[in-house]
Amino acid sequence: MNSLTPILSTITASFLGSFVEVVEAFTIVLAVGVTRSWRPALTGAVLALAVLAALVLIFGPLLALVPITILQFVVGVLLILFGMRWLRKAILRSLGVIALHDEEAAFSKETAALRQQSGDRRADYLAGLASFKAVLLEGVEVVFIVIAVGGAHGLTLYAALGALAAFILVMLIGLLVHRPLATVPENTLKFVVGLMLTSFGIFWTGEGIGADWPGADLALIAIFAIVALASFAIIRSLRGSVGKPTAKAAQ
Amino acid sequence: MNIIRIAISELIGMFIDDGSLAAFSLILVIVVAGAVKLFALPPLIGGLLLLLGCLAILVYSVRRAVKR
Repeated sequence: MNSLTPILSTITASFLGSFVEVVEAFTIVLAVGVTRSWRPALTGAVLALAVLAALVLIFGPLLALVPITILQFVVGVLLILFGMRWLRKAILRSLGVIALHDEEAAFSKETAALRQQSGDRRADYLAGLASFKAVLLEGVEVVFIVIAVGGAHGLTLYAALGALAAFILVMLIGLLVHRPLATVPENTLKFVVGLMLTSFGIFWTGEGIGADWPGADLALIAIFAIVALASFAIIRSLRGSVGKPTAKAAQ
Repeated sequence: MNIIRIAISELIGMFIDDGSLAAFSLILVIVVAGAVKLFALPPLIGGLLLLLGCLAILVYSVRRAVKR
């Protein structure tokens, strides 16, 4: 159980975090493919994946040179920052303070922008660039999630498998339904991922400063439960005071 | 160059959204790590302080955003 806990939580956190990012990238690539043509869409996406692979190959081995406690501390702090940001945003979205992320709207916006550029001689280049940018930027987040979630415990391979599973699933769903994955409950996913990343962050930063958590890796589940309960309590206590949701622009 | 600039700002944006959330989190980590390393605070107490501190910062940040 003790060794299974970090493996399962690593795969789950990586899968859920990557799923959100892959959906966002897929929406843009789909918009480019449908509006312009699949050649620039796929060229941009493949080039971005090549850049990402190069980044992982260059920086991945460097991580092995860093002492494990320093790695746990640095990755833990970054995860606290990353996870708390997601968690805060998910809580504010569920309270109706900021607007939900809408993949359908993102698809329409990208499509409209590409249509405007269709008269431009460089339309194919611009379409390919849009696809490249989307896959690169969302991909960098996926790479970070994989390194952060897997790196501190030497479970990068499991984290990568989680991300790969998310990638394959999004592609399959996307190809089957052939439209943006607007029905994916992104805020719920972001909420769970925020909880997991924050818990990982606290756990590893604690280990980085020398804490021997009671129950070793099982403490991760307890930390997750406490952070989850606190987050639900925040939502519950503030739901009344927010009043009518006035979805401000998504931050 | 533009794409590199966008990538860098996107990378920073991954960690910093609400400035005070990031600043308070970093201050918390520095204070707790300093207390453990310099003042011999038991590391487990430090870990628990991190947990409680993060939750307090989250409550503060969400409440502030709701009020705005």
